[in-house]
Amino acid sequence: MTVAPTNTRKYGTITFGTLAPWIVCAVLLLTLPLIFGDRGEITIMSQMAIMIVFALAYNMLLGQGGMLSFGHAVYVGMGSFLCLHVMNSASFSSIPVPVLPLLGGLFGLGIAMIIGSFSTRSAGTVFAMITLGIGELMAACVLIIVVFFGGEEGISSDRTEGMPFFGVEFFTHIEAFYVIAFWLLVSSVLMYLFSRTPVGRMANAVRDNPERAQFLGYSARWVRYVSFSASGFFCGIAGGLSAILFEIATESDLNVGASGIILLIVFLGGVGVFWGPALGAIIFILLQTVLGLQTHLWELYVGVIFVCMVMFFPGGIAGLIVAHGVAMSLGKLNLLIRPYLTCVLPGIMGALGLCGLVEMIFHLREAATGEYEMTLFWTDLNTHNFWPWLIFGGIALGGALIARNQTPVLKEAWAEANTIEITSVGEPT
Amino acid sequence: MKNIKKFGAVSALSLIIGASAAFAENIKIAFVDPLSGPFATTGTNGAAEWTFAADELVNKAGGVLGGRNFEVVTFDNKMSGKETLIQVQVAIDQGIRFIAQGNSSGIAAAITDAVNKHNKRNPDDRVLFLNYSAVDPALTNEKCNFWHFRFDANADIKMDALTDVMAKDQGLSKVYLIGQDYSFGKAVAAAAERDIAKKRPDVEIVGNELHPIGKVKDFTPYARKIVASGADSVITGNWGSDMVGLGKAIIEAGFEGQIYTYYAASNGITRTFGEDGKGHLNLVHEGKLNPPVSDRASAYIDAFEAKYPDHDISQARIANAVEMLAKAIEVAGTADDVVPIALALEGMEHDSIWGGKVFMRPEDHQAIQDVHIGAHTDENIRHPLDNSAFGLSDDVTVEMASMDSPTTCEMKRP
Amino acid sequence: MDLVLVNLIDGLVFGLLLFMLSSGLTLIFSMMGVLNFAHASFYMLGAYFGYQISTVLGLGFIGGLIVAPVIVGVAGAAIERYGLRRVHQYGHVPELIFTFGLALLIQEMVKLFWGQNQIPYFEPSYLDFALFSVGDNAIKAYKVFMIFISLLIFGGLLYVLTKTRIGMIIQAALSYPQTVEALGHNVPFVFMGVFGVGSALAGIAGVIAGPALGTFPGMAFTLGSIVFVTIVVGGLGSLWGALVASLLIGWMTTFAASYNIEMSSILQGIGFIKPEDLSESAFQDLWTLTLPQIGPILPYLLMVLILVFRPQGLLGKRES
Repeated sequence: MTVAPTNTRKYGTITFGTLAPWIVCAVLLLTLPLIFGDRGEITIMSQMAIMIVFALAYNMLLGQGGMLSFGHAVYVGMGSFLCLHVMNSASFSSIPVPVLPLLGGLFGLGIAMIIGSFSTRSAGTVFAMITLGIGELMAACVLIIVVFFGGEEGISSDRTEGMPFFGVEFFTHIEAFYVIAFWLLVSSVLMYLFSRTPVGRMANAVRDNPERAQFLGYSARWVRYVSFSASGFFCGIAGGLSAILFEIATESDLNVGASGIILLIVFLGGVGVFWGPALGAIIFILLQTVLGLQTHLWELYVGVIFVCMVMFFPGGIAGLIVAHGVAMSLGKLNLLIRPYLTCVLPGIMGALGLCGLVEMIFHLREAATGEYEMTLFWTDLNTHNFWPWLIFGGIALGGALIARNQTPVLKEAWAEANTIEITSVGEPT
Repeated sequence: MKNIKKFGAVSALSLIIGASAAFAENIKIAFVDPLSGPFATTGTNGAAEWTFAADELVNKAGGVLGGRNFEVVTFDNKMSGKETLIQVQVAIDQGIRFIAQGNSSGIAAAITDAVNKHNKRNPDDRVLFLNYSAVDPALTNEKCNFWHFRFDANADIKMDALTDVMAKDQGLSKVYLIGQDYSFGKAVAAAAERDIAKKRPDVEIVGNELHPIGKVKDFTPYARKIVASGADSVITGNWGSDMVGLGKAIIEAGFEGQIYTYYAASNGITRTFGEDGKGHLNLVHEGKLNPPVSDRASAYIDAFEAKYPDHDISQARIANAVEMLAKAIEVAGTADDVVPIALALEGMEHDSIWGGKVFMRPEDHQAIQDVHIGAHTDENIRHPLDNSAFGLSDDVTVEMASMDSPTTCEMKRP
Repeated sequence: MDLVLVNLIDGLVFGLLLFMLSSGLTLIFSMMGVLNFAHASFYMLGAYFGYQISTVLGLGFIGGLIVAPVIVGVAGAAIERYGLRRVHQYGHVPELIFTFGLALLIQEMVKLFWGQNQIPYFEPSYLDFALFSVGDNAIKAYKVFMIFISLLIFGGLLYVLTKTRIGMIIQAALSYPQTVEALGHNVPFVFMGVFGVGSALAGIAGVIAGPALGTFPGMAFTLGSIVFVTIVVGGLGSLWGALVASLLIGWMTTFAASYNIEMSSILQGIGFIKPEDLSESAFQDLWTLTLPQIGPILPYLLMVLILVFRPQGLLGKRES
């Protein structure tokens, strides 16, 4: 081997530094079920993993390509339905379960290639509206075309009837989890690598300035088409994983609501950072499944968090974390600790106080007559008493006032932490 | 980075899920239905009925197995199949052995399938599925299994009762069928077509159509067609805003006949129809509310309304389900092994609080009970709905409806 | 023949209702350059405020019709001033997503305050009678009232936009904001005003449609995407286009719901043979398909076709 390897490594070499995050992820995925071994917890973690694949695939369009899709759940759902049909067919006994997501992915790719052939002709509003229309049409088809989609009940199957995979028959959730974790890792790596390929880079260019990209000799439409198809492939994989985990697919998997949720997740997590959507998926599933166990108003809280996020931190949670990078590299992160304690902490306390008030109003309206007791933040209280209202009102108001009062201090500290001290470096000695 | 986040988040998760694992002496029933989102009304109403029935009929009577109480734990399935399966899983992890669900036959199908698989794969912690409302006939026919029990009369039974009553009306000549385009809407239409052809071959079905579920903004054109067809009766399985929209449009278009429905009551529907619906709307259901069957039933309804003024006893079978489960647990002598409990439920005959008997047919786990055709009216209403003056007057009853109806169920017992 | 006439009237009512929503949305689009997802939420707020004012506060239906749109308009203007203007600096996608989140939030707020159930918001009794009949079909006075109000609004809007000084400034500000700003006009204020008026129009639509189509928390969601379809089909930013598309979609959905054209007759007409046993056929659903079954989704099909073959819409001038 005399060929110098430098020519083939245009986009950075593989070092331990670039591999380390992936290794950490792999180790965590392996060990997590040992810590959280309940079936419910494993199901929730599997659901998170599936949503992460979906969110990353969605961000190939939104974050990297600047294309807003309102019907992306279609590709997940189609992948899911196809896998379930395979699982119900006679040939399933000769197909091992871990291969299924690949079939789902190829089906998603095929559908995306067909729809993308006309929808990616233009970007912006036209693209967004075509995806909305396709999303509505597909969701309607699910209920009309019973042969393939099974109507309202959808299609269900049994994963244990597949060909045993090295003796594993997937009776337990943990076995399914490891298949999902494997595919999560593989698809994340592939999607990350895709963003480093010339096409992935060109997607960014087309997003920012299609004309200039065209001048460079790239067809903007072709770049969009490739991104769209690739995204459809990974969505199909997510669909296949969901077929393995839940063994069922229904209309609610690919309707416009499901497409809206993924938009929410990705934006919440952050479109600008590769792992942002993954973070968004984890947080959203926690909000939906765990907060949903605690309060019926979880949708209201999600809505408020989302709107505040878009208004104040359009980079999402990941953007917020990455923004600390400058301060960290300057070694000035410690400057922020005090203002965070005096400003952000009271702000959060105030928000929780407000939540308490909202919960009490809801309890007053919905609870049975004579049922005054409720549990809020692990405390029992009586909503027909004066004190809880005063305390929560006080916390809400006090927190808001302190946060407001301290905002200038925080802003100052933020500016300070992000400033390079020129005096020590630039001054001639 | 992301996995570190995940780690912290999930430990919070296990804390919260594990937190409610106390009170081992209570027998818990997981109520899994929508408590948020567009369908939350029926869900919260059902939760109130379950909680009330458990308290009033079991706990106040001293509990079961020598003093153990029923406790209804609510889980929000957000009307999504997958979320349902997650919540069922969480419920089983908490040691709950009884899953109650009713809204949407699609979700019921998902649960019955998941419970069947779970019980096969985990013989140590099997669970029962108490279906109190999902009426798709398939659940007690081709999709039946040993772990599923249906306490409501299914769509075919209700249609059988309804057409029995309609067939006696000599003025009946033209019937229009309309429903939502999904399995239940289709099942209603198919049953109506079959039963009418059998019982009154002279009656003409002048229309049989489906409309997309939850997508129609204005029902006027459908109503116009119904009026133009000259129909004197309309049968629909619509529910929710599709029911209100369709019903109001039909009445406003000048329709003068009868509208036979499955779900045109409570949850704001009775109140919204008000005076307009009088003389038109009829509803086929179990559980007689008016005129009251007994002082006990009346006292039960009054106590419920006092406790939950915004809710109604709209699913009377929940009381039957709770009482029958309590009886079965007593007979089985255990609340942990569901196999003897299920065997005790099979073939059980129960004197319902709503009068008449309830018989749990062993061959398909379908409850056989009296079915009533109630008229929407404000006359002689002792127990109105929706805090309005209107309610259902159940003057026509079909006793033990469809007792001998066939089933394709091949029950596999463990 | 009677049925055709009745359908024309019903379709007109629904089409004009759509127009009240789409006219405001299309104006807002010309201004912001993005679609406002929360537009149908203002429609819902209009209905709920109308109910609150007319029934609970006892100001009567007309009171609600006057006061509720004002409140909705002010709320819309406030959202533009304190929300959208802030998000505007981040670009179009965050702006669109902001309105998406807002729609979600408004729906949750409505549920928190008015509950999940359909609320008893009815037509005023003095309009609740059959004005005339076509054949057996009664046409209610309220429907005629709805037509009347919509036409009044269309006329007023057209007059203001084309014949008055304010209208000229608005039109100019939409196309050349910098120039208009340089001429000494307060362009941000104009934008806020347009957003407020657009929201108020949706509010009016809500007040008068609430009693007819039902007032419940899902009402914005059911109508929301169809309004989008309307302005995209008509051509983004075109008022006449919005009118044409509204009427087209109104009539299309009405007639599709009315005529039981079956797919099987079409298929047989073009030479296919219907299988004996449908349950065995892979195309059983296609054979049993009828027009009313797919009527409500026809507008989406229309939109996709329009976008593929004429992306600027029926009467639009430019591609967005």
